[in-house]
Amino acid sequence: MRRRLFIGLFILTAISLGGYQNVFASTQEKEKDATHNEGEKAKFNTVDFIFEHIGDSYEWHVLTIGHTHVSIPLPMILYSEQKGLNIFLSSKFHHGAESYKGFKWEHEGKYKGKIVELNDNGEILEENPLPWNFSITKLVLSIFIASTLLCWIFISIARKYKSGVNKAPTGIQNLFEPIILFVVNDIAIPSIGEKKYQRFLPFLLTVFFFIWFNNMLGLIPIFPGGANVTGNIAVTMVLALFTFVIVTINGNKNYWGHIVNTPGVPWFLKLPIPIMFIVEFAGILTKPIVLMIRLFANILAGHMVAIVFFSLIFIFGGIAVWAGYTISIVSVSFSFFMTLLELLVALIQAYVFTLLSAIYIGMATEEHHH
Amino acid sequence: MGLITPDYGLLVWMLISFGLVLFVLKKFAWKPIMEGLKSREESISKSLKMAEEARNEIKKLQTYNEELAEKARAERELALKEAKSLRDKIVEEAKSQAQAEAQKIIEKSRLMIIQEKENAQKELAQMASTLALEITEKVLRKQFADKDKQIEYFKDLLKEVSSKN
Repeated sequence: MRRRLFIGLFILTAISLGGYQNVFASTQEKEKDATHNEGEKAKFNTVDFIFEHIGDSYEWHVLTIGHTHVSIPLPMILYSEQKGLNIFLSSKFHHGAESYKGFKWEHEGKYKGKIVELNDNGEILEENPLPWNFSITKLVLSIFIASTLLCWIFISIARKYKSGVNKAPTGIQNLFEPIILFVVNDIAIPSIGEKKYQRFLPFLLTVFFFIWFNNMLGLIPIFPGGANVTGNIAVTMVLALFTFVIVTINGNKNYWGHIVNTPGVPWFLKLPIPIMFIVEFAGILTKPIVLMIRLFANILAGHMVAIVFFSLIFIFGGIAVWAGYTISIVSVSFSFFMTLLELLVALIQAYVFTLLSAIYIGMATEEHHH
Repeated sequence: MGLITPDYGLLVWMLISFGLVLFVLKKFAWKPIMEGLKSREESISKSLKMAEEARNEIKKLQTYNEELAEKARAERELALKEAKSLRDKIVEEAKSQAQAEAQKIIEKSRLMIIQEKENAQKELAQMASTLALEITEKVLRKQFADKDKQIEYFKDLLKEVSSKN
């Protein structure tokens, strides 16, 4: 069983590599066409390649076969003062080649990767060229998919608990029950305490499984996975914001007392310059910021390393074809072990975020004692 | 879309999604799951307690049963003992009674035998005497049928008496 899983993972890595190779082929050819007149050799743009795969997009690229891009168009939701609300599919942009309704998906220059508003002459507006953009991007769709999966799985599990109250757990319930109990018994209770943990349990469980699911989905190389959700700072910012709000709302007298007037500190650290207050107040903000950056950086790094290993093939392949093939063996092996490592990191980062959130909540709700 | 500049569109959608997931899971998943886990925990601890109680009850019952069995055994033993002694007594009694009866019968029989013997002796004697008399009579009659012989006999008798004297 374990062996089969191992082989399966290896094949999956190899397939995903194949997908990237196709991308490379098309990119290279496109560039070749573009640079043909100048007589230069096509060069693989590693930075663009990497950023394309770790960033957000208005279409979900699945794979490229020859010159045909198979990508899922995503809905654009744009609002500008002149044109009002515009909703249309991103396929209207033809991967950014054309403008639609006076909007253009810029691929170069100052507004690279952004949607800009054009005037009647097809030029970018001088003032406020960026419309309000609430499009369902690749990452947003990925979040929706993960959210639906989460709701579906856990509601179906919950139904099992309702139907057969005193039965032994079976199936998927059996898989998640130990993890739920782990979050309850090893994260929530030790950090927050027996009395108050129940109030914060829904948040901790949701945050744990949300991060974990998104991390795991990010490891799947093809749709509906592969999006770098938890490696995006906006996503981790929202998660950290929830922790921050919960901590701030539930902070008791003892917690605020510690910040305003830290006990056990010499008076000259408080008066005339309230150094302790500044430090403690900074602490309120650094805690969620640290949460945000840690998750973001870890997952982003994982995705980046995987992509860099793949890029190696194209960089070497650009020098000589045989070098590309040779290095691909190394790349696949490294990517394979990176994927295994990332499987672990996916769980660890979910655990760390949840644990730290629980600890911060525990600190904010701790009763005064000496 | 920069790497470290959060995109507000994504931020808003993430806020909505996560908030919704949190709300939905809190209401429809975590609550029933935690309740289910708690009720199961309670039912398990209750069952364990009940099992312990039942075990104790069984133990109690067992000792009671054992006591009862022991008692019954003792009683049976006693009854058996009693029965045995009673039987022995009865047998003994019967034996002695039978012996006495037999003795009595033997005695009676002996007495009867003696009596019968006496009677028989008496009868035999009588019969013998009668027979003797009859024979004698018959002999005598035959002998004394002849006069000479009578005289001769008498003469012999007289002789005999005179020789004795």
